[in-house]
Amino acid sequence: MTSHAVSEGGSDAASADHVHHGNYVKVWAVLVVLLIISVVGAFTGIRWLTLLLAFGIAVIKAYMVAKNFMHVNVERRWVGYLLITCLLFLAILFAGVAPDIMKHQGLHWDNYAAKQAIQAGSQENGKHE
Amino acid sequence: MSAPARSIANLRSVTGIPTARLVTWWVIASEMFIFGGLLASYVMHRLAHPEWAIAASNTNTKAGAFNTFVLLTSSLFAVLAHKAADAEDGKGAAKYLRLTALGGFLFLIVKGFEWTHEIREGFVLASGGFWSFYYTVAGLHALHVLAGAIIMLIFAVDAAKNVNLPRVQCIGLYWHFVDIIWIFLFPLLYIAK
Repeated sequence: MTSHAVSEGGSDAASADHVHHGNYVKVWAVLVVLLIISVVGAFTGIRWLTLLLAFGIAVIKAYMVAKNFMHVNVERRWVGYLLITCLLFLAILFAGVAPDIMKHQGLHWDNYAAKQAIQAGSQENGKHE
Repeated sequence: MSAPARSIANLRSVTGIPTARLVTWWVIASEMFIFGGLLASYVMHRLAHPEWAIAASNTNTKAGAFNTFVLLTSSLFAVLAHKAADAEDGKGAAKYLRLTALGGFLFLIVKGFEWTHEIREGFVLASGGFWSFYYTVAGLHALHVLAGAIIMLIFAVDAAKNVNLPRVQCIGLYWHFVDIIWIFLFPLLYIAK
């Protein structure tokens, strides 16, 4: 073991300093199979299935990389807290900004630019079809 | 056999994590905001602008899928480099670091061909909201790939001499994070049409 990090954390001592290296090729093979499934899903032409497969598999793949390659599960616990806090703040950002971006009109306002962009984009693409 | 040389950042561990790895986690946390903010903005606009789906139909799914395969494979090499470094096999670690970097450069070459084709088709940064996001997000990600690949090559020189082996894990963490970003960019930019 090359890492000589001083363990000061007691129960946290079983950490990424002492990683058990599993069968990484097997993990990679599963990731590739998942990639193939998500790509095949894109060619089915069924929109809900395509999106479900693509984003569901993306979450699974990200989890597998974080757990098996980054060893987040055996890292000091507060690293996990740090990453989860970042995700929570991102969720707050999304929730705070989404109404302004995703709605194009409200009680006393209209986002004409967004409406025009949609109209222009649809017409433009209509010409290409 | 004498113990491999290592930098002070890998000797100190005030928080229970060697300082070098601690810094890597902080970099990843800050990167989560950079990419997370961009991706959140993209998702919001994408849901609010149905015409973006038509623009997205011009991206090359096969090229995106191939690049995903390349990055997943390079992530495998990165973790194998970490395994070799833990076994104090500096030469093995250096070999896998170079293979990881090679994967990064292959990714950039494919991206280069892809963008050249799209620009020739007339889809440039100013062609609309979708294309602005597409080039910004994918471009920023490509810059991270380039930086990671260069750092891998620099670290490989030391690793081959059994010097600073714990750094291999740090650059590996960064590389896996870049891989995770692409795992989400692929469905967002290439599959959701």
